[in-house]
Amino acid sequence: MKSARTMLGLMLLAACLAAAPVRAGDTPDPAPPAPPCDVPAYLLASESSLPKVTDAVKANQPLNVLVVGSRSSTILGNEASAYPAMMQTALKEAFPAATIDLSVELQGKGTAEETAGTLVKLVEAKKPTLVIWQTGTVDAMRAVDPDDFRTAINDGVVALRGAGTDVVLVNLQYSPRTETMISAPPYLDNMKVVAQQHDVPLFDRFAIMKQWSDAGYFDLFSTSHGVDLAKKVHACLGRALAKFVIDAAHLGPVQQN
Amino acid sequence: MSSIADPIAGAPVADAKAEAKSDTRSEARAKAAAPAITLPATGERELRLDLFRGLALWLIFIDHLPTNLLTWLTIRNYGFSDATEIFIFISGYTAAFVYGRAMLEGGFVIATARILRRVWQIYVAHVFLFTIFLAEISYVATSFENPLYSEEMGIMDFLKQPDVTIVQALLLRFRPVNMDVLPLYIVLMLFLPLILWLMKWKPDVTLGLSVVLYALTWQFDLYLSAYPNGFWAFNPFAWQLLFVFGAWCALGGARRMSRILSSNITMWICIVYLVAAFFVTLTWYVPQLGHIMPKLIEQWMYPINKTDLDVLRFAHFLALAALTVRFLPRDWPGLKSPWLRPLILCGQHSLEIFCLGVFLAFAGHFVLAEVSGGAALHALISVCGILIMCGMAWIISWYKHSADKGASKKGAAGNADMAGGGA
Repeated sequence: MKSARTMLGLMLLAACLAAAPVRAGDTPDPAPPAPPCDVPAYLLASESSLPKVTDAVKANQPLNVLVVGSRSSTILGNEASAYPAMMQTALKEAFPAATIDLSVELQGKGTAEETAGTLVKLVEAKKPTLVIWQTGTVDAMRAVDPDDFRTAINDGVVALRGAGTDVVLVNLQYSPRTETMISAPPYLDNMKVVAQQHDVPLFDRFAIMKQWSDAGYFDLFSTSHGVDLAKKVHACLGRALAKFVIDAAHLGPVQQN
Repeated sequence: MSSIADPIAGAPVADAKAEAKSDTRSEARAKAAAPAITLPATGERELRLDLFRGLALWLIFIDHLPTNLLTWLTIRNYGFSDATEIFIFISGYTAAFVYGRAMLEGGFVIATARILRRVWQIYVAHVFLFTIFLAEISYVATSFENPLYSEEMGIMDFLKQPDVTIVQALLLRFRPVNMDVLPLYIVLMLFLPLILWLMKWKPDVTLGLSVVLYALTWQFDLYLSAYPNGFWAFNPFAWQLLFVFGAWCALGGARRMSRILSSNITMWICIVYLVAAFFVTLTWYVPQLGHIMPKLIEQWMYPINKTDLDVLRFAHFLALAALTVRFLPRDWPGLKSPWLRPLILCGQHSLEIFCLGVFLAFAGHFVLAEVSGGAALHALISVCGILIMCGMAWIISWYKHSADKGASKKGAAGNADMAGGGA
């Protein structure tokens, strides 16, 4: 099934490529189109809910989002193009009347265990409605014991819930070049387990990026040193994450106005 | 002749002849049996063992490549266990068979000496693979600076301290992804003399001790630490269970289990378990089905821990093995068919082909990264890799034939050593 989708994506891509020169001849170079980064609905569906977010938006209170993450939650030197900021933009578009505040807390080399210890203090300082916790990469790179990793995620989620915020977990990036060096599966699995246990929505960044790569939307194998690809991927991630949050908070398009 | 090869009866097989191996020590048998293990052409060796080990090697290779069409053929997509279980079990089985005989004939010291030589071979193979790995990632580190992955590139940091890294690799503490099986195999083989010595005394007690160690591992979270931090991805304290179980089956356990294996109740339990496992696995790949799974079962079952050989995985392997033994008789004519020949050849030279598979997986990753290709190229690389593995297996077996013609005068002792090559 998956391979069928991949083939379809490739065929579409080939069709686009074939069509491109013709179009270029017709019209003088329009602005580059937004990258197609559709995400299959099942990757954005969550059975879990975000009651605090729902309440805040419905009561027209400011929605205060805190992103806690490692270096893959930003693009060095281009923070405004990274997915947290893009998500904020997308949320503002969805709820024009609402105030949406964003703070980003990066802990570059922190494992889940180290980060989990700082979460309560962060929540006390920033008073967020929603904490988006991106984690797993540092742990996978350091090959932390998956059981310890699970315990840390578990403790972090419990602490955040205890401090009265909603939580969304964001897992690792799909990074094909380092696949032979970083073993992601145990960390992906354990995040899934904690998410299930605590009914926390899990934004499956890994599966989504893999899907984009398989469909040919992005060449994630690229050796390019430029930030273009990173910006495009983050723009798509930001939009998908906003959609995911809106969906989990049951704030369909009906409530937008 | 056939009674000599029979004892190598692969998976737990119900056969009285299997008894012959543990208590017969006749010189003639030894002489004939040794080549039966080494040389595919001469003896009626148990081809099912080779077949499934060959299959495991192919599957391990495919699983090490990025997901592609062929990945959907690997058993890990249809249940809990994967090729690693098959590989370790059969390794335990053949190792116990070959070196168990050596221990009965030559004594503890001789058998230990032979086992240690084998361990050394595996160790050298591991270090060789590590060298290739080092070259690959040094290349990636110097040529790849995508800002999207600036964080993941931190994995290359160990290149800043090559001295420490290389020493840790030689100590088996630094093991890159996909290079975990050989260190596990090395540790298990190091303990084989002890296992065999205990087995000679009381096989069931040995298996019991193995189960106790497995339980203690789960209870007290025993593990081996790795460098720079972390743990062994295959915990030897847990995986020894499969290895010892293989040895136990080889040394008579299979025969004693024959009644259980041939019972219909066992068969149906196995079928029900495999079908249930299949549906659980299906929910991983078709997430739309995820909501069918009752939450309680999910919470009890997950995560299915590969590092510590989860009981669910072990049971899944047992069920597969039991059904295989039941429905694939040892004298199944298909085993002689030329179509299965490549698989069997690969299984007969497992260490070489395993190493080649790891190398080809690295090479495959490399090609896929350099040549952006689609699903077709992915599948093509998998198929090419398997063809190369078969070609190499054929060449190795040709070498062994030729070499053996010259060496046959040396007699049984030399051959028994070579038999280790198949373990």
